[in-house]
Amino acid sequence: MEQPIIEIAHVSYRYEKENVLEDINLTINSGDFLGIVGPNGSGKSTLLKLILNLLKVQKGSVKLFGQEISRFKDWQNIGFVSQKANSFNTGFPATVFEVVSSGLTKKLGLFKFMGKADQAKVMRAIESVGMHEYAGRNIGELSGGQQQRVFIARALVSDPKLLILDEPTVGVDVKNVQSFYEMLDDLNKELGITLLLVTHDIGTISDKVTHVACLNKNLHFHGNTAEFESLNKNEMSEIYGHDVHVLTHNHDHHHHHHHDKGADR
Amino acid sequence: MISGILQYEFLQNAFLTGMIIGIIAPLLGVFIVVRRLSLIADALSHVTLAGIAASLLLEKKFIGLSGLNPLYMGMAFSVAGSLFIEKLRAVYKHYQELAIPIILSGGIGLGVIFISLADGFNTDLFSYLFGSVSAVSRLDLWTILIISVLVIALVVLLYKELFLLSFDEEHAKASGIAAKSVHFIFIVMVALVIAASMRIVGILLVSSLMTLPVAASIRIAKGFKQTIFLSMLFGEISVLGGLTISYYIDLAPGGTIVMIAVLILIATILLKKLAGIKPA
Repeated sequence: MEQPIIEIAHVSYRYEKENVLEDINLTINSGDFLGIVGPNGSGKSTLLKLILNLLKVQKGSVKLFGQEISRFKDWQNIGFVSQKANSFNTGFPATVFEVVSSGLTKKLGLFKFMGKADQAKVMRAIESVGMHEYAGRNIGELSGGQQQRVFIARALVSDPKLLILDEPTVGVDVKNVQSFYEMLDDLNKELGITLLLVTHDIGTISDKVTHVACLNKNLHFHGNTAEFESLNKNEMSEIYGHDVHVLTHNHDHHHHHHHDKGADR
Repeated sequence: MISGILQYEFLQNAFLTGMIIGIIAPLLGVFIVVRRLSLIADALSHVTLAGIAASLLLEKKFIGLSGLNPLYMGMAFSVAGSLFIEKLRAVYKHYQELAIPIILSGGIGLGVIFISLADGFNTDLFSYLFGSVSAVSRLDLWTILIISVLVIALVVLLYKELFLLSFDEEHAKASGIAAKSVHFIFIVMVALVIAASMRIVGILLVSSLMTLPVAASIRIAKGFKQTIFLSMLFGEISVLGGLTISYYIDLAPGGTIVMIAVLILIATILLKKLAGIKPA
Protein backbone atom coordinates (compact mmCIF):
# COMPACT_ATOMS: atom_id res chain seq x y z
CA MET A 1 0.00 0.00 0.00
CA GLU A 2 1.37 3.37 0.98
CA GLN A 3 5.07 2.98 0.67
CA PRO A 4 7.12 5.43 2.73
CA ILE A 5 9.44 7.43 0.47
CA ILE A 6 11.06 9.60 3.10
CA GLU A 7 11.13 8.68 6.78
CA ILE A 8 12.62 11.21 9.14
CA ALA A 9 12.80 10.15 12.77
CA HIS A 10 13.99 12.24 15.73
CA VAL A 11 16.30 14.31 13.59
CA SER A 12 18.08 17.25 15.20
CA TYR A 13 20.80 19.35 13.64
CA ARG A 14 23.06 22.04 15.01
CA TYR A 15 25.56 24.39 13.41
CA GLU A 16 28.31 25.35 15.88
CA LYS A 17 26.26 26.05 18.99
CA GLU A 18 22.88 26.77 17.54
CA ASN A 19 20.15 24.21 17.12
CA VAL A 20 18.53 24.58 13.69
CA LEU A 21 16.33 21.53 13.78
CA GLU A 22 14.94 19.86 16.88
CA ASP A 23 13.51 16.40 16.97
CA ILE A 24 11.88 16.34 13.55
CA ASN A 25 9.59 13.45 12.74
CA LEU A 26 8.13 13.33 9.28
CA THR A 27 7.04 10.61 6.90
CA ILE A 28 6.26 11.16 3.24
CA ASN A 29 4.43 8.35 1.55
CA SER A 30 4.34 7.41 -2.08
CA GLY A 31 1.90 9.65 -3.91
CA ASP A 32 1.96 12.45 -1.34
CA PHE A 33 2.24 16.08 -2.32
CA LEU A 34 3.74 17.66 0.77
CA GLY A 35 4.31 21.36 1.19
CA ILE A 36 6.73 22.40 3.91
CA VAL A 37 6.31 26.04 4.94
CA GLY A 38 8.42 28.01 7.32
CA PRO A 39 9.82 31.49 7.69
CA ASN A 40 13.37 32.34 6.69
CA GLY A 41 15.84 30.69 9.01
CA SER A 42 13.39 28.02 10.09
CA GLY A 43 15.71 25.22 9.09
CA LYS A 44 13.99 24.41 5.79
CA SER A 45 17.15 24.35 3.75
CA THR A 46 18.97 22.38 6.42
CA LEU A 47 16.21 19.80 6.31
CA LEU A 48 16.43 19.65 2.51
CA LYS A 49 20.19 19.24 2.64
CA LEU A 50 19.80 16.37 5.09
CA ILE A 51 17.31 14.68 2.76
CA LEU A 52 19.63 15.18 -0.23
CA ASN A 53 22.62 13.93 1.77
CA LEU A 54 24.42 17.24 1.31
CA LEU A 55 24.69 17.36 5.12
CA LYS A 56 25.38 14.35 7.33
CA VAL A 57 22.71 13.39 9.82
CA GLN A 58 23.93 14.23 13.32
CA LYS A 59 21.10 12.88 15.41
CA GLY A 60 18.16 10.69 14.49
CA SER A 61 17.70 8.90 11.20
CA VAL A 62 16.71 9.64 7.62
CA LYS A 63 15.53 6.85 5.35
CA LEU A 64 14.91 7.15 1.63
CA PHE A 65 12.81 4.49 -0.11
CA GLY A 66 13.14 2.39 3.04
CA GLN A 67 16.91 2.55 3.14
CA GLU A 68 19.22 4.36 5.56
CA ILE A 69 20.46 7.46 3.76
CA SER A 70 24.12 6.54 4.32
CA ARG A 71 23.57 3.39 2.27
CA PHE A 72 21.16 4.87 -0.28
CA LYS A 73 22.41 4.64 -3.86
CA ASP A 74 19.49 5.18 -6.22
CA TRP A 75 19.79 8.95 -6.45
CA GLN A 76 18.36 8.94 -9.97
CA ASN A 77 14.99 8.26 -8.29
CA ILE A 78 15.13 11.71 -6.76
CA GLY A 79 14.79 14.84 -8.85
CA PHE A 80 15.74 18.18 -7.32
CA VAL A 81 14.94 21.64 -8.59
CA SER A 82 16.98 24.10 -6.59
CA GLN A 83 16.12 27.68 -5.82
CA LYS A 84 19.23 28.65 -7.73
CA ALA A 85 17.88 27.10 -10.91
CA ASN A 86 16.36 30.44 -11.83
CA SER A 87 19.53 32.42 -11.30
CA PHE A 88 21.25 30.86 -14.30
CA ASN A 89 22.80 32.82 -17.15
CA THR A 90 19.65 33.92 -18.98
CA GLY A 91 21.67 34.89 -22.04
CA PHE A 92 22.71 31.30 -22.54
CA PRO A 93 21.98 30.32 -26.15
CA ALA A 94 20.17 27.02 -25.58
CA THR A 95 16.68 25.91 -26.51
CA VAL A 96 14.21 24.45 -24.04
CA PHE A 97 14.76 21.08 -25.70
CA GLU A 98 18.53 21.30 -25.21
CA VAL A 99 18.19 22.32 -21.57
CA VAL A 100 15.81 19.47 -20.78
CA SER A 101 18.05 17.03 -22.68
CA SER A 102 20.90 17.94 -20.37
CA GLY A 103 18.94 16.20 -17.60
CA LEU A 104 19.85 12.90 -19.26
CA THR A 105 23.61 13.52 -19.18
CA LYS A 106 24.37 11.32 -16.20
CA LYS A 107 21.87 8.63 -17.10
CA LEU A 108 23.22 8.19 -20.63
CA GLY A 109 26.80 8.08 -19.43
CA LEU A 110 30.07 9.11 -21.05
CA PHE A 111 30.48 8.94 -24.83
CA LYS A 112 26.81 8.03 -25.37
CA PHE A 113 24.54 9.93 -27.70
CA MET A 114 20.84 10.56 -27.41
CA GLY A 115 18.73 8.15 -29.44
CA LYS A 116 15.20 8.50 -30.79
CA ALA A 117 13.75 7.06 -27.59
CA ASP A 118 15.65 9.60 -25.49
CA GLN A 119 14.42 12.46 -27.64
CA ALA A 120 10.86 11.24 -27.27
CA LYS A 121 11.41 11.10 -23.53
CA VAL A 122 12.63 14.70 -23.52
CA MET A 123 9.52 15.78 -25.45
CA ARG A 124 7.28 13.93 -22.98
CA ALA A 125 8.96 15.69 -20.06
CA ILE A 126 8.46 19.04 -21.81
CA GLU A 127 4.81 18.20 -22.48
CA SER A 128 4.22 17.14 -18.90
CA VAL A 129 5.04 20.66 -17.72
CA GLY A 130 2.95 22.19 -20.50
CA MET A 131 5.86 23.72 -22.42
CA HIS A 132 5.72 21.78 -25.71
CA GLU A 133 4.97 24.92 -27.71
CA TYR A 134 8.23 26.40 -26.48
CA ALA A 135 10.53 23.44 -27.11
CA GLY A 136 12.47 25.27 -29.83
CA ARG A 137 12.66 28.63 -28.05
CA ASN A 138 15.77 29.93 -26.35
CA ILE A 139 15.51 29.59 -22.58
CA GLY A 140 16.31 33.26 -22.05
CA GLU A 141 13.20 34.36 -23.96
CA LEU A 142 10.85 32.75 -21.43
CA SER A 143 9.27 34.21 -18.31
CA GLY A 144 10.49 33.20 -14.87
CA GLY A 145 7.58 30.80 -14.39
CA GLN A 146 8.15 29.17 -17.75
CA GLN A 147 11.85 28.78 -16.99
CA GLN A 148 10.94 27.13 -13.71
CA ARG A 149 8.79 24.64 -15.62
CA VAL A 150 11.69 23.88 -17.92
CA PHE A 151 13.90 23.09 -14.93
CA ILE A 152 11.21 20.82 -13.57
CA ALA A 153 11.11 19.06 -16.95
CA ARG A 154 14.87 18.67 -16.78
CA ALA A 155 14.49 16.98 -13.40
CA LEU A 156 11.62 14.81 -14.71
CA VAL A 157 13.39 13.52 -17.78
CA SER A 158 15.34 10.93 -15.84
CA ASP A 159 12.08 9.48 -14.43
CA PRO A 160 12.41 10.30 -10.74
CA LYS A 161 9.88 8.85 -8.28
CA LEU A 162 10.32 11.77 -5.90
CA LEU A 163 10.64 15.38 -6.96
CA ILE A 164 11.92 17.96 -4.49
CA LEU A 165 11.29 21.63 -5.22
CA ASP A 166 12.96 24.44 -3.28
CA GLU A 167 10.94 27.66 -3.43
CA PRO A 168 9.58 26.88 -6.89
CA THR A 169 7.19 29.82 -7.02
CA VAL A 170 9.91 32.45 -6.60
CA GLY A 171 10.00 34.28 -9.92
CA VAL A 172 6.56 33.04 -10.96
CA ASP A 173 3.97 35.76 -11.57
CA VAL A 174 1.22 35.78 -8.98
CA LYS A 175 -1.38 35.20 -11.68
CA ASN A 176 0.48 32.14 -12.90
CA VAL A 177 0.99 30.53 -9.51
CA GLN A 178 -2.37 28.78 -9.72
CA SER A 179 -1.65 27.16 -13.08
CA PHE A 180 1.81 26.27 -11.82
CA TYR A 181 0.24 24.30 -8.99
CA GLU A 182 -2.19 22.70 -11.40
CA MET A 183 0.79 21.47 -13.40
CA LEU A 184 2.36 20.04 -10.23
CA ASP A 185 -0.99 18.47 -9.38
CA ASP A 186 -0.99 16.71 -12.76
CA LEU A 187 2.52 15.39 -12.18
CA ASN A 188 1.40 14.12 -8.80
CA LYS A 189 -1.92 12.57 -9.85
CA GLU A 190 -1.29 11.46 -13.42
CA LEU A 191 2.36 10.46 -13.32
CA GLY A 192 2.23 9.39 -9.68
CA ILE A 193 5.29 11.38 -8.72
CA THR A 194 5.72 12.08 -5.04
CA LEU A 195 6.30 15.79 -4.52
CA LEU A 196 8.03 17.65 -1.73
CA LEU A 197 7.83 21.39 -1.98
CA VAL A 198 9.48 23.89 0.34
CA THR A 199 8.51 27.53 0.57
CA HIS A 200 8.77 30.45 2.96
CA ASP A 201 5.64 32.02 1.57
CA ILE A 202 2.56 30.61 3.19
CA GLY A 203 0.40 32.52 0.72
CA THR A 204 1.60 30.47 -2.20
CA ILE A 205 0.84 27.08 -0.67
CA SER A 206 -2.11 25.92 -2.64
CA ASP A 207 -5.01 23.60 -1.98
CA LYS A 208 -3.36 21.27 -4.47
CA VAL A 209 -0.94 19.93 -1.86
CA THR A 210 -2.20 16.89 0.01
CA HIS A 211 -0.21 17.57 3.17
CA VAL A 212 1.31 20.58 4.84
CA ALA A 213 4.06 20.72 7.43
CA CYS A 214 5.10 23.88 9.19
CA LEU A 215 8.68 24.14 10.22
CA ASN A 216 10.29 26.50 12.61
CA LYS A 217 13.13 24.63 14.18
CA ASN A 218 10.50 22.17 15.32
CA LEU A 219 7.91 20.62 13.13
CA HIS A 220 4.75 22.35 14.27
CA PHE A 221 2.11 20.79 12.22
CA HIS A 222 1.92 17.93 9.87
CA GLY A 223 -1.44 17.04 8.51
CA ASN A 224 -3.55 17.02 5.42
CA THR A 225 -4.64 20.21 3.77
CA ALA A 226 -8.11 20.31 5.30
CA GLU A 227 -6.64 20.19 8.78
CA PHE A 228 -4.19 22.88 7.85
CA GLU A 229 -6.91 25.21 6.66
CA SER A 230 -8.82 24.76 9.88
CA LEU A 231 -5.94 26.17 11.86
CA ASN A 232 -6.99 29.50 13.26
CA LYS A 233 -5.08 32.73 13.11
CA ASN A 234 -3.55 32.34 16.53
CA GLU A 235 -2.14 29.04 15.62
CA MET A 236 -0.72 30.42 12.39
CA SER A 237 0.92 33.38 14.05
CA GLU A 238 2.29 31.01 16.58
CA ILE A 239 3.94 28.98 13.85
CA TYR A 240 5.37 32.03 12.25
CA GLY A 241 5.54 34.26 15.23
CA HIS A 242 6.93 34.68 18.59
CA ASP A 243 5.21 32.95 21.46
CA VAL A 244 4.90 29.25 21.09
CA HIS A 245 2.04 27.63 22.90
CA VAL A 246 1.00 24.07 23.26
CA LEU A 247 -0.37 22.52 20.12
CA THR A 248 -2.92 19.84 20.47
CA HIS A 249 -3.16 17.91 17.30
CA ASN A 250 -3.89 14.27 17.05
CA HIS A 251 -0.50 13.72 15.51
CA ASP A 252 2.36 11.79 16.92
CA HIS A 253 4.80 14.62 17.14
CA HIS A 254 6.07 16.34 20.21
CA HIS A 255 4.54 19.40 21.74
CA HIS A 256 6.73 22.15 22.94
CA HIS A 257 6.66 24.64 25.74
CA HIS A 258 9.18 27.31 25.05
CA HIS A 259 9.80 30.72 23.67
CA ASP A 260 11.15 30.54 20.18
CA LYS A 261 13.93 33.03 19.79
CA GLY A 262 14.93 31.76 16.43
CA ALA A 263 11.96 33.01 14.45
CA ASP A 264 13.69 35.87 12.71
CA ARG A 265 17.04 34.30 12.20
CA MET B 1 45.10 33.38 -56.42
CA ILE B 2 43.72 29.90 -57.13
CA SER B 3 46.66 29.29 -59.44
CA GLY B 4 48.92 30.62 -56.72
CA ILE B 5 47.50 28.11 -54.26
CA LEU B 6 48.02 25.30 -56.74
CA GLN B 7 51.52 26.47 -57.44
CA TYR B 8 53.00 27.42 -54.09
CA GLU B 9 53.21 25.07 -51.14
CA PHE B 10 53.37 27.92 -48.63
CA LEU B 11 49.99 29.21 -49.81
CA GLN B 12 48.47 25.74 -49.57
CA ASN B 13 49.80 25.46 -46.02
CA ALA B 14 48.41 28.85 -45.05
CA PHE B 15 44.95 28.30 -46.53
CA LEU B 16 44.50 24.73 -45.31
CA THR B 17 45.67 25.68 -41.82
CA GLY B 18 43.40 28.71 -41.95
CA MET B 19 40.42 26.56 -42.89
CA ILE B 20 41.12 24.25 -39.96
CA ILE B 21 41.53 26.92 -37.32
CA GLY B 22 38.55 28.82 -38.71
CA ILE B 23 36.53 25.86 -37.48
CA ILE B 24 38.17 24.76 -34.24
CA ALA B 25 38.90 28.17 -32.71
CA PRO B 26 35.21 29.26 -32.74
CA LEU B 27 34.12 25.72 -31.78
CA LEU B 28 35.97 25.96 -28.47
CA GLY B 29 35.23 29.68 -28.39
CA VAL B 30 31.51 28.98 -27.93
CA PHE B 31 32.17 27.11 -24.69
CA ILE B 32 34.66 29.76 -23.56
CA VAL B 33 32.21 32.61 -24.14
CA VAL B 34 29.16 31.03 -22.51
CA ARG B 35 31.26 30.08 -19.51
CA ARG B 36 32.44 33.69 -19.29
CA LEU B 37 36.08 32.66 -19.64
CA SER B 38 36.85 34.84 -22.69
CA LEU B 39 39.97 36.32 -21.13
CA ILE B 40 41.56 32.93 -20.59
CA ALA B 41 42.28 32.83 -24.32
CA ASP B 42 44.17 36.12 -24.00
CA ALA B 43 46.19 34.91 -21.04
CA LEU B 44 47.14 31.67 -22.77
CA SER B 45 48.12 33.35 -26.02
CA HIS B 46 50.61 35.51 -24.13
CA VAL B 47 52.02 32.44 -22.43
CA THR B 48 52.35 30.88 -25.88
CA LEU B 49 54.42 33.91 -26.87
CA ALA B 50 56.80 33.16 -24.01
CA GLY B 51 57.13 29.59 -25.28
CA ILE B 52 57.87 30.72 -28.80
CA ALA B 53 60.42 33.28 -27.59
CA ALA B 54 62.07 30.57 -25.48
CA SER B 55 62.23 28.27 -28.48
CA LEU B 56 63.71 30.96 -30.72
CA LEU B 57 66.24 31.81 -28.03
CA LEU B 58 67.37 28.19 -27.74
CA GLU B 59 67.57 27.99 -31.49
CA LYS B 60 69.80 31.05 -31.63
CA LYS B 61 72.09 30.18 -28.74
CA PHE B 62 72.55 26.49 -29.53
CA ILE B 63 73.27 25.72 -33.12
CA GLY B 64 72.40 22.06 -32.49
CA LEU B 65 68.78 23.04 -31.85
CA SER B 66 68.31 24.90 -35.09
CA GLY B 67 65.64 22.45 -36.24
CA LEU B 68 63.44 23.25 -33.25
CA ASN B 69 59.88 24.11 -34.27
CA PRO B 70 58.65 27.01 -32.08
CA LEU B 71 55.11 25.67 -32.39
CA TYR B 72 55.89 22.76 -30.04
CA MET B 73 57.40 24.91 -27.32
CA GLY B 74 54.51 27.34 -27.71
CA MET B 75 52.06 24.49 -27.16
CA ALA B 76 53.96 23.20 -24.15
CA PHE B 77 53.95 26.66 -22.55
CA SER B 78 50.28 27.17 -23.35
CA VAL B 79 49.27 23.86 -21.78
CA ALA B 80 51.46 24.56 -18.73
CA GLY B 81 49.86 28.01 -18.49
CA SER B 82 46.38 26.49 -18.56
CA LEU B 83 47.28 24.20 -15.69
CA PHE B 84 48.64 27.15 -13.70
CA ILE B 85 45.40 29.04 -14.29
CA GLU B 86 43.44 26.12 -12.88
CA LYS B 87 45.73 25.96 -9.84
CA LEU B 88 45.37 29.70 -9.25
CA ARG B 89 41.60 29.54 -9.61
CA ALA B 90 41.59 26.96 -6.84
CA VAL B 91 43.91 29.08 -4.66
CA TYR B 92 41.85 32.29 -5.14
CA LYS B 93 38.42 30.73 -4.76
CA HIS B 94 36.74 34.09 -4.25
CA TYR B 95 38.76 35.98 -6.85
CA GLN B 96 38.91 33.42 -9.64
CA GLU B 97 39.36 36.04 -12.36
CA LEU B 98 42.67 37.04 -10.72
CA ALA B 99 44.24 33.94 -12.26
CA ILE B 100 43.95 35.48 -15.71
CA PRO B 101 45.94 38.73 -15.22
CA ILE B 102 48.52 36.83 -13.18
CA ILE B 103 49.17 34.33 -15.96
CA LEU B 104 48.87 36.97 -18.68
CA SER B 105 51.46 39.30 -17.19
CA GLY B 106 53.65 36.36 -16.23
CA GLY B 107 53.56 35.22 -19.84
CA ILE B 108 54.50 38.62 -21.24
CA GLY B 109 57.20 39.12 -18.62
CA LEU B 110 58.83 35.83 -19.46
CA GLY B 111 58.47 36.46 -23.19
CA VAL B 112 60.10 39.89 -22.95
CA ILE B 113 63.03 38.45 -21.00
CA PHE B 114 63.60 35.74 -23.60
CA ILE B 115 63.37 38.25 -26.45
CA SER B 116 65.86 40.60 -24.76
CA LEU B 117 68.26 37.74 -23.99
CA ALA B 118 68.23 36.75 -27.63
CA ASP B 119 69.09 40.33 -28.53
CA GLY B 120 66.73 40.25 -31.48
CA PHE B 121 65.70 37.29 -33.59
CA ASN B 122 66.52 36.24 -37.12
CA THR B 123 63.05 34.89 -37.52
CA ASP B 124 60.53 37.60 -37.90
CA LEU B 125 58.86 37.96 -34.52
CA PHE B 126 56.34 40.20 -36.23
CA SER B 127 54.83 37.18 -37.98
CA TYR B 128 54.22 35.47 -34.64
CA LEU B 129 52.53 38.53 -33.22
CA PHE B 130 50.22 39.31 -36.14
CA GLY B 131 50.13 36.16 -38.24
CA SER B 132 51.61 35.38 -41.61
CA VAL B 133 50.58 33.96 -44.95
CA SER B 134 54.04 32.64 -45.68
CA ALA B 135 55.32 31.26 -42.40
CA VAL B 136 53.27 28.05 -42.08
CA SER B 137 55.34 24.95 -42.83
CA ARG B 138 54.01 21.60 -44.00
CA LEU B 139 54.97 20.19 -40.59
CA ASP B 140 52.93 22.92 -38.87
CA LEU B 141 49.97 22.00 -41.04
CA TRP B 142 50.19 18.32 -40.09
CA THR B 143 50.58 19.12 -36.39
CA ILE B 144 47.59 21.44 -36.47
CA LEU B 145 45.54 18.88 -38.41
CA ILE B 146 46.20 16.17 -35.82
CA ILE B 147 45.30 18.53 -32.97
CA SER B 148 42.10 19.51 -34.73
CA VAL B 149 40.97 15.94 -35.29
CA LEU B 150 41.62 15.25 -31.62
CA VAL B 151 39.76 18.38 -30.48
CA ILE B 152 36.75 17.79 -32.69
CA ALA B 153 36.51 14.14 -31.62
CA LEU B 154 36.68 15.11 -27.95
CA VAL B 155 34.07 17.85 -28.29
CA VAL B 156 31.69 15.44 -30.06
CA LEU B 157 32.25 12.68 -27.51
CA LEU B 158 32.01 14.98 -24.49
CA TYR B 159 29.32 17.26 -25.93
CA LYS B 160 26.67 16.43 -23.30
CA GLU B 161 29.09 16.94 -20.45
CA LEU B 162 30.55 20.14 -21.89
CA PHE B 163 27.05 21.52 -22.43
CA LEU B 164 25.94 20.75 -18.89
CA LEU B 165 29.17 22.11 -17.43
CA SER B 166 28.68 25.34 -19.38
CA PHE B 167 24.99 25.77 -18.72
CA ASP B 168 24.85 24.83 -15.07
CA GLU B 169 28.16 24.00 -13.42
CA GLU B 170 26.56 23.37 -10.05
CA HIS B 171 24.03 20.93 -11.46
CA ALA B 172 26.80 19.20 -13.41
CA LYS B 173 28.73 18.61 -10.21
CA ALA B 174 25.64 17.65 -8.22
CA SER B 175 24.48 15.14 -10.82
CA GLY B 176 27.74 13.28 -10.45
CA ILE B 177 29.36 13.70 -13.86
CA ALA B 178 33.14 13.94 -13.86
CA ALA B 179 33.00 17.74 -14.02
CA LYS B 180 36.60 18.25 -12.95
CA SER B 181 38.08 15.90 -15.54
CA VAL B 182 35.89 17.30 -18.32
CA HIS B 183 36.92 20.84 -17.41
CA PHE B 184 40.58 19.79 -17.35
CA ILE B 185 40.35 18.22 -20.81
CA PHE B 186 38.57 21.33 -22.04
CA ILE B 187 41.19 23.78 -20.80
CA VAL B 188 44.04 21.72 -22.29
CA MET B 189 42.19 21.68 -25.63
CA VAL B 190 41.88 25.47 -25.47
CA ALA B 191 45.62 25.77 -24.84
CA LEU B 192 46.44 23.55 -27.83
CA VAL B 193 44.07 25.36 -30.19
CA ILE B 194 45.49 28.74 -29.21
CA ALA B 195 49.00 27.59 -29.98
CA ALA B 196 47.80 26.03 -33.23
CA SER B 197 46.03 29.22 -34.35
CA MET B 198 48.81 31.68 -33.65
CA ARG B 199 50.71 31.00 -36.91
CA ILE B 200 47.81 32.37 -38.92
CA VAL B 201 46.16 35.04 -36.77
CA GLY B 202 49.09 35.89 -34.57
CA ILE B 203 49.39 35.74 -30.81
CA LEU B 204 47.84 39.13 -30.15
CA LEU B 205 44.71 38.27 -32.11
CA VAL B 206 44.14 34.58 -31.39
CA SER B 207 41.55 35.25 -28.72
CA SER B 208 39.48 37.37 -31.10
CA LEU B 209 39.09 34.42 -33.47
CA MET B 210 37.71 32.47 -30.53
CA THR B 211 35.33 35.16 -29.31
CA LEU B 212 34.22 37.49 -32.14
CA PRO B 213 32.47 34.84 -34.30
CA VAL B 214 30.71 33.59 -31.15
CA ALA B 215 29.69 37.10 -30.14
CA ALA B 216 28.08 37.50 -33.57
CA SER B 217 26.40 34.11 -33.63
CA ILE B 218 24.98 34.42 -30.11
CA ARG B 219 22.98 37.45 -31.27
CA ILE B 220 20.98 35.57 -33.86
CA ALA B 221 21.20 31.82 -33.17
CA LYS B 222 18.39 29.63 -31.88
CA GLY B 223 19.82 27.07 -29.53
CA PHE B 224 23.29 25.89 -28.70
CA LYS B 225 24.00 23.72 -31.72
CA GLN B 226 23.05 26.54 -34.06
CA THR B 227 25.29 28.89 -32.07
CA ILE B 228 28.18 26.49 -32.63
CA PHE B 229 27.39 26.07 -36.32
CA LEU B 230 27.09 29.80 -37.03
CA SER B 231 30.24 30.56 -35.04
CA MET B 232 32.21 28.13 -37.16
CA LEU B 233 30.69 29.58 -40.33
CA PHE B 234 31.59 33.15 -39.30
CA GLY B 235 35.07 32.00 -38.25
CA GLU B 236 35.62 30.33 -41.59
CA ILE B 237 34.45 33.38 -43.57
CA SER B 238 36.71 35.63 -41.50
CA VAL B 239 39.79 33.46 -41.94
CA LEU B 240 39.42 32.77 -45.66
CA GLY B 241 38.40 36.35 -46.46
CA GLY B 242 41.17 37.74 -44.29
CA LEU B 243 43.83 35.51 -45.79
CA THR B 244 42.76 36.40 -49.33
CA ILE B 245 42.85 40.12 -48.67
CA SER B 246 46.16 39.88 -46.86
CA TYR B 247 47.64 37.93 -49.79
CA TYR B 248 46.60 40.53 -52.35
CA ILE B 249 47.38 43.69 -50.42
CA ASP B 250 50.32 42.20 -48.55
CA LEU B 251 49.01 42.84 -45.04
CA ALA B 252 49.47 40.75 -41.89
CA PRO B 253 46.51 38.31 -41.96
CA GLY B 254 45.76 38.73 -38.24
CA GLY B 255 44.47 42.22 -38.85
CA THR B 256 42.34 41.45 -41.91
CA ILE B 257 40.85 38.31 -40.32
CA VAL B 258 39.86 40.13 -37.17
CA MET B 259 38.42 43.11 -39.07
CA ILE B 260 36.18 40.80 -41.11
CA ALA B 261 35.04 39.16 -37.87
CA VAL B 262 34.27 42.63 -36.48
CA LEU B 263 32.26 43.51 -39.61
CA ILE B 264 30.24 40.29 -39.28
CA LEU B 265 29.60 41.13 -35.64
CA ILE B 266 28.38 44.63 -36.53
CA ALA B 267 26.17 43.17 -39.27
CA THR B 268 24.49 40.76 -36.87
CA ILE B 269 23.89 43.51 -34.32
CA LEU B 270 22.30 45.70 -37.01
CA LEU B 271 20.29 42.75 -38.31
CA LYS B 272 18.94 42.11 -34.85
CA LYS B 273 18.09 45.80 -34.43
CA LEU B 274 16.21 45.88 -37.73
CA ALA B 275 14.34 42.70 -36.85
CA GLY B 276 13.40 44.27 -33.52
CA ILE B 277 11.90 47.36 -35.16
CA LYS B 278 9.43 45.33 -37.18
CA PRO B 279 6.28 44.60 -35.16
CA ALA B 280 6.43 41.05 -33.92
